[in-house]
Amino acid sequence: MMSSAKIAVVEKILSSNDRLAKITRDNLTARGVLGINLMASPGAGKTSFILETIKRTAGELNIGVIEGDTAPVTIDADKISAAGMPAVQINTGGDCHLDASMVADGISQLPLCNLDLLIVENVGNLICPAAWDLGTHINLLVASVPEGDDKPYKYPNIYRGLNVLVINKTDLQPYVQFNRDYFQKGVELLNPGLITFPVSCRTGEGFEAWIDWLKRQVIHK
Amino acid sequence: MHELSVTESILEIAATHARENNASKVTQINLVIGRLSSIIDDSVQFYWEAISEGSICEGSKLSFTRTSAVLRCTDCQHEYQIEIELTPCPHCGSYQTQIIGGEEFYVESIVIEKDQENK
Repeated sequence: MMSSAKIAVVEKILSSNDRLAKITRDNLTARGVLGINLMASPGAGKTSFILETIKRTAGELNIGVIEGDTAPVTIDADKISAAGMPAVQINTGGDCHLDASMVADGISQLPLCNLDLLIVENVGNLICPAAWDLGTHINLLVASVPEGDDKPYKYPNIYRGLNVLVINKTDLQPYVQFNRDYFQKGVELLNPGLITFPVSCRTGEGFEAWIDWLKRQVIHK
Repeated sequence: MHELSVTESILEIAATHARENNASKVTQINLVIGRLSSIIDDSVQFYWEAISEGSICEGSKLSFTRTSAVLRCTDCQHEYQIEIELTPCPHCGSYQTQIIGGEEFYVESIVIEKDQENK
């Protein structure tokens, strides 16, 4: 004899990810490591931005990097290692984003007690990474001038969840159609007062302000 | 896009609650998903059939309730539903808004069958 019953659940679909993310964040905080989830579309200059940040904080900050890619390559992690910082490459096996368990696994392979800062380079994508908490403290997006000024309007979810925004490739401004006012207006609507650093990884423009801000965040951690 | 991992999470949640309630079978899973969540129902459904096979949820039906996206104007406090993002306040025209509905993303309930002798 079978009986049927409706059982109330009311559990967030990503609750197991969120629980693990909280454990990771508590772990980083306890060890005094600031965690940054670095997101961007493919080709915005994520790895170049990390490399320039490592170069400009040499001797001051120890930075560990987790590199997320969908394909089984180690191109990005090799660049970080060549710059003298510990790096772990995670291949998502075709998945479009990193999740908390991949990051926890990556962290276990890094010398956490020697680090001041952990940068997690997410898979290049403006949609999926926005939904997954990785257990970091700061959500950072690297936008770039040649991507176009309409991106906040087209990918509102990712802009809404940011703590800091970098606009890379400002040196290309004279060559492409990128209306900074229109772009900033979209950002302001989605995330009022969002702290923003326009930079160029090629010329180094704007990095001083970003590095100053970053160091202050690390100290306050 | 990421519906595969979302579908896996749904299965894990449903199966856990089914076991806790001594279910022999899950026949329906009721999901509440806000309009602002970038999830495609058909895609979740597609994965569901493959992923739930052989589990306590095999053959169960997924039921989606889509909740509206609702904004509150931070200038005049008017609350309004939107169909597309970045719609200005219809009352005062302001774009300064906060989201108060449409980001829901949870398993609301499951319908289970159980053998009465196991009660």
